[in-house]
Amino acid sequence: MKLDAKIPEGPLAEKWTNYRSYTHLVNPANRRKVDIIIIGTGLAGASAAATLGEAGYNVKVFCFQDSPRRAHSIAAQGGINASKNYQNDSDSNYRLFYDTVKGGDYRGREANTYRLAQISGAIIDQCVAQGVPFAREYGGTLANRSFGGAQVSRTFYASGATGQQLLLGCYSELNRQIRKGNVKSYTRHEMLDIVVIDGKARGVIIRDLVSGEISRHSAHAIVLATGGYGNVFYLSTNAMASNATAAWRAYKKGAFFANPCYTQIHPTCIPVSGEYQSKLTLMSESLRNDGRIWVPKNKEDVKKDPRQIPEEDRDYYLERRYPAFGNLVPRDVASRAAKERCDAGYGVGPTGFAVYLDFKDAIIRLGEDLIRDRYGNLFEMYERITGDNPYNYPMRIYPASHYTMGGLWVDYELGTTIPGLYALGEANFSDHGANRLGASSLMQCLADGYFVLPATISNYLSEEFRHPAIPIDNPAFDQAEKEVKERIEKLMAIKGSQSVDELHKKLGRIVWNYIGLSRNEEKLTKALQLIDELKKEFWTDVKIPGSSKGMNIELEKAQRVADFLELAALMAKDALNRKESCGAHFREESQTEDGEAKRDDEHFRYVAAWEYAGEDKEPILNKEPLEFENIELKTRNYK
Amino acid sequence: MNYTLKIWRQKNAADSGSFVSYKVENIDGETSFLEMMDVLNQQLVTRGEEPVAYDHDCREGVCGMCSMYINGRAHGPNELTTTCQLYMRHFKNGSTIIIEPWRAKPFPVIKDLMVDRSAFDRIQQAGAYISMNAGSAPDANNIMISKEAADAAFEAAECIGCGACVAACKNSSASLFVSAKLAQFALLPQGQVERYQRTLNMVQAMDAEGFGSCSNTSACEAECPKGISVKHIAMMNRDYLKATMCSEKVMS
Repeated sequence: MKLDAKIPEGPLAEKWTNYRSYTHLVNPANRRKVDIIIIGTGLAGASAAATLGEAGYNVKVFCFQDSPRRAHSIAAQGGINASKNYQNDSDSNYRLFYDTVKGGDYRGREANTYRLAQISGAIIDQCVAQGVPFAREYGGTLANRSFGGAQVSRTFYASGATGQQLLLGCYSELNRQIRKGNVKSYTRHEMLDIVVIDGKARGVIIRDLVSGEISRHSAHAIVLATGGYGNVFYLSTNAMASNATAAWRAYKKGAFFANPCYTQIHPTCIPVSGEYQSKLTLMSESLRNDGRIWVPKNKEDVKKDPRQIPEEDRDYYLERRYPAFGNLVPRDVASRAAKERCDAGYGVGPTGFAVYLDFKDAIIRLGEDLIRDRYGNLFEMYERITGDNPYNYPMRIYPASHYTMGGLWVDYELGTTIPGLYALGEANFSDHGANRLGASSLMQCLADGYFVLPATISNYLSEEFRHPAIPIDNPAFDQAEKEVKERIEKLMAIKGSQSVDELHKKLGRIVWNYIGLSRNEEKLTKALQLIDELKKEFWTDVKIPGSSKGMNIELEKAQRVADFLELAALMAKDALNRKESCGAHFREESQTEDGEAKRDDEHFRYVAAWEYAGEDKEPILNKEPLEFENIELKTRNYK
Repeated sequence: MNYTLKIWRQKNAADSGSFVSYKVENIDGETSFLEMMDVLNQQLVTRGEEPVAYDHDCREGVCGMCSMYINGRAHGPNELTTTCQLYMRHFKNGSTIIIEPWRAKPFPVIKDLMVDRSAFDRIQQAGAYISMNAGSAPDANNIMISKEAADAAFEAAECIGCGACVAACKNSSASLFVSAKLAQFALLPQGQVERYQRTLNMVQAMDAEGFGSCSNTSACEAECPKGISVKHIAMMNRDYLKATMCSEKVMS
């Protein structure tokens, strides 16, 4: 199938304006006749639901948490980028666009990324007007800080709780729309399938997590804002219940899944401490503004008290290898460098899989009070978890699964390959290429939800509004509901011997070891074999107590893990296919002499969009070539 | 380390519920409280029993889902700590740990340790917002805000809506929660236009949900994992008084 990204005509800087000037609209009186379903209430879903509610559409919004405000966007710490140039450091839309495309190692789509930069400033305006308490300078203006992959200060923040504050902002507006009756909210409800009628997305099948009841909901358009699939690693910085089920169900109903091998391993997380570990906690990248990353120069020092190791015996390896960007290199570069040092035997801490992030110099230079002002809540969190006080003892950090750049393929309008099905935020693939820069995910989620989708969805609905409300007794609904129920009963009937968590942990180990930070053909082939075996093990040996009636937490988890098992296989296939290194995807066969990622633009300058071909059939690879008309393709250089 | 757990088990809202004792063994001090619960649930699943239901998600202290009443205290013995960030090194080897759900009439039990906190959503729907459609905002730096005001609003806005304040209060008052939400807006210039109407609406919604009154014991502040201050309650009361005595249109 030929993929049409629907990129508007005209020069890069005018595409979005042109699009908005000529797109089809739905008259306000007709919007009331249009139903829209939104799955997920993180930054993308909540902002989209609120804004479509403002526009006057009938919106239903679903989340599996007990409140929309608990979605995992809430845990984002460091900040949100915008090209406001408030710091007068020569920032511009072009520079933000350039940094993002370069940071993504030239595997993102130019037009989408430029639009993101163009919208970034309006997002900050919107959030401030909503009452988001961003950090301020003493004069009353907004404060900024720097993030990896940029040489300007364009990151807006609210201490180390930026995601929380932005999400509460969206949630407040969502609440206003709920009160007005424009949005109806369903909490503790999980989407289990998409209903496609005559080739268009027309509804969803939902399970009420409290009563266990399965229900049908129809709409003129469906929006997935369901986040990423980082939990395929089992251990990740994602929330425990973050999952890929909605996106995976959409894939199996015909939405293409793009670049699944682009998974971001974040360099600064609190290291694993034992077998019982259930998740990993991120320490914001913003800490790299003032913290210096190092390991001992001598292997015999790795177990020593770091405070006793003199300056000349410390290897500030990022500053050594990348003098221009130093500790602020992009995440993929920092993660691989940490792994390299630990694998070489210089790792610290009880497991040897950690490096130091040290604030000693910053505290001497700026004083403890200023450091507390900037990072106080992060330092407290670190101390609560580890028992160490980072004001006088360096933090220990290690890379962990954090974000997935891959996701449902979408065009410029955020439409998937199923007409009427849209994907927003981390659930889509479009803006970050092969590696996302820090403080860009919040920007993308809010751009998609507040500004992009409300403009693009009307183009589709301008015809669809003529269609009366979609009946839920259509045979496609019968079929989808039947499949959902059969799958549940099949899982319940296995009555094996292993818990869902045990199997999920096994999957996580395979993914981390064979499809993790560093990949090669042999490991990936092995991964496919192991995943296939584990999938069989899952479907014959999973144990789910209780019944499918009423609340059943093990059943909820089992459905998610069943999908992760399939997704992991697609990840490995995509990684096998992409024989180049780019961004977070590092193929050992494709590296420079000094161990940096080596792209192959001639053969791999495309988006790999995978098409489901049926159970036990090989997925079909569709390619969307990436054109770079405004940026010269270069080897990323942070030296 | 080994522990005896006395856990509240309740099948559903209609069930009367009771305590059930369990043992967990060989728990490392670096295990988080919820990971210890995972260990227990693993044992239960292996035995073919239903695991203990409890709310949790981010496990980094910010989503506000976790909500256990541990040894008679909301979120357990440590100050400024959510249950998910509580570690077993804080519990003595061999001790008995009593685990209950939040107990408050407006938070009915759904199952075991899981309660329904949708009352908090409804209170916020009553007015915890600045009416502001996307696209109509002025440039962000057109609204100058002193650092002190921004910091104070942020402190109030750090509330994670977990409900520990309600669980800790002998009256099941939601005053700390509601006042924190009000204060965030009341402390910022953007929040002034709707300030008094917002206060009226949210206080009325809080009362309608059946939360009790505040009797100034400050148990809420003591148990709040985010350290939200009771001074916000004073501000809420002042604003409420003003709002009830004057026309809110004149006030704004």
